[in-house]
Amino acid sequence: MELLVASALGLLTSAGVYLMLRQRTFPVIVGLTLLSYAVNVFIFAAGRLVTNLPPIIDKHAHAYTDPLPQALVLTAIVISFGMTAVIVMMALGAYLEAGHDRVDMTETDAETQGEAK
Amino acid sequence: MMGHWIIAPVVLPAIMGAAITLLMRNDLLLQRVFSLGATLLLGAIAAALLWSASTSAPEIYLLGNWPAPFGIVLMLDRLSALMVMLTALLALAVQLYAIGSDWDARGRHFHALFQFQLMGICGAFLTGDAFNLFVFFEVLLIASYGLMIHGGGKDRLRAGVQYVAFNLVGSSLFLFALATIYSVTGTLNIADLAVKVQMLPEGDVALFRVAAVMLMLVFAVKGALVPLQFWLPATYANAPGPVAALFAVMTKIGAYAAIRFGVMVIPPTTPATGTLIADLMMPAAIATLIIGAIGVLGAATLGRLAAFAAIASMGTAFIAISAFTPAATAAALYYMVHSTLAGAALFLIVDLVTQRRAHDRLTEALPPIHRAGVIAGLFMVSAIATAGMPPLSGFVGKLLVMQALRDQAPLIWSVILISSLVIILGFARAGSTVFWKAHAAAPAEAPEHAPQGLAFTAAFGLIAALAALTLFSGPVLTWMEATAAALHDPSAYIAANQLPEVK
Repeated sequence: MELLVASALGLLTSAGVYLMLRQRTFPVIVGLTLLSYAVNVFIFAAGRLVTNLPPIIDKHAHAYTDPLPQALVLTAIVISFGMTAVIVMMALGAYLEAGHDRVDMTETDAETQGEAK
Repeated sequence: MMGHWIIAPVVLPAIMGAAITLLMRNDLLLQRVFSLGATLLLGAIAAALLWSASTSAPEIYLLGNWPAPFGIVLMLDRLSALMVMLTALLALAVQLYAIGSDWDARGRHFHALFQFQLMGICGAFLTGDAFNLFVFFEVLLIASYGLMIHGGGKDRLRAGVQYVAFNLVGSSLFLFALATIYSVTGTLNIADLAVKVQMLPEGDVALFRVAAVMLMLVFAVKGALVPLQFWLPATYANAPGPVAALFAVMTKIGAYAAIRFGVMVIPPTTPATGTLIADLMMPAAIATLIIGAIGVLGAATLGRLAAFAAIASMGTAFIAISAFTPAATAAALYYMVHSTLAGAALFLIVDLVTQRRAHDRLTEALPPIHRAGVIAGLFMVSAIATAGMPPLSGFVGKLLVMQALRDQAPLIWSVILISSLVIILGFARAGSTVFWKAHAAAPAEAPEHAPQGLAFTAAFGLIAALAALTLFSGPVLTWMEATAAALHDPSAYIAANQLPEVK
């Protein structure tokens, strides 16, 4: 199981980093999302990987898994979800205003920069 | 003893932000009154917290009454009280400016976002839990995304997307670092970490070193340390003027966190990390100062000039932080307070100019602006403060940094002194293009512009704060030295957490 989780993490992270380095906002956002999935699994694994053990008090349990990373993952999921929604909205706004969805700000943009706002 | 007041700087803006969104979203006057009232109240609470922190030992606030390290805690110590006070002061000036210049009327929800931003900043300073620090980072970031694109426009939105993407990567890195630290030490309480890191078993050292470097990378992103400074110029130059001024304290959060972790949790005496952090941070800080200075000299617009001045000031602050000695930490704290106020003043004054000009490019002279005399005077004073010329506090701050780093004089002194000269040249070039060459360019009569008394009051207020920081630099420095001493010997901070005995 360790091998499976570790390789999934590596795959998600490398795909996320690759997409993040693209020039259009859509792949960048997908890349950021993949990266946030990777980090969620990583936090989960920080509490050690065990099977069939409850995180909360149980009369019949002989051992427990660490409950804290599970709580942390919940927080991280909610936050990354909200952040993704924000960046999608901003990317849409930028696309509609600029007419294209390139991430980098080029020289021609620099010339129009500094107009009265 | 402050008791429940410790959480007030987090709860008050949270309630006010929600109330403004829900109850007064259609009435700008009501928003202004309540938001300004809340900021004033925040200032009063921050002053009381500062008084309490400087007269008594660090105090803990247990959320939900769970004992540390199991529950989330807030910690009031001298450093956090100082930073909350600084935030409240800055927020007041920025808010007065936003109201005076009608920036808050150019889009909706300015005041609600502003209060949520204050909640995140105060929470980040007060928290005593590393994961909670992440949560408050996200609160302040999500509010800052909204503030950054306030008013809209193509360039602002595109710069905003870059800013959000950069910070999302930073947040992911932060989570990777926290998860690694938790898997090694089994705790995320800052005081508990400070204890456990010192007795890390041999086998976990490598993993912890990776986590420590990742954590410092996150703080370097926030603090705009080279090579992670790329988000800053476009963001600050395109953000609305008052928002950029408020962001002056956001880079300081990176510096604050670097001090909190670098000095208290993993000082250079830690067996696990040794001088690793200092060895990485010092060259980066020197490069930051150099790039900031070159940026000031080469900036094509006034906004980018102010942004690169902010990068240069972070370079100086991080040079002092990465020495990790009590004297250097005290100097860093003094310089951070100064550069927050000076940076904010500069952004407000740049906005005063930009509002009265067709564009803020420095490549061509434009006709004189309305009230050019007053604004030029303000610009010169803030340029003197930012560049670190006498008689203002920038000079005192840089002097303190140089004095604290006497043993590395040849390199650091020459970098600081030469970069100051380059920054002065950059400001002189910008000032002469904007204010002096204006008279050569066509109509002698400046176009009329609204007087905006409140906006000028805010700018003058920040300059007055800088003057006060200079006049009282003796007592302030004594206070900072006591704060730095408490950071380098965190036994009182750890004792306040009442951690259970390690078996």
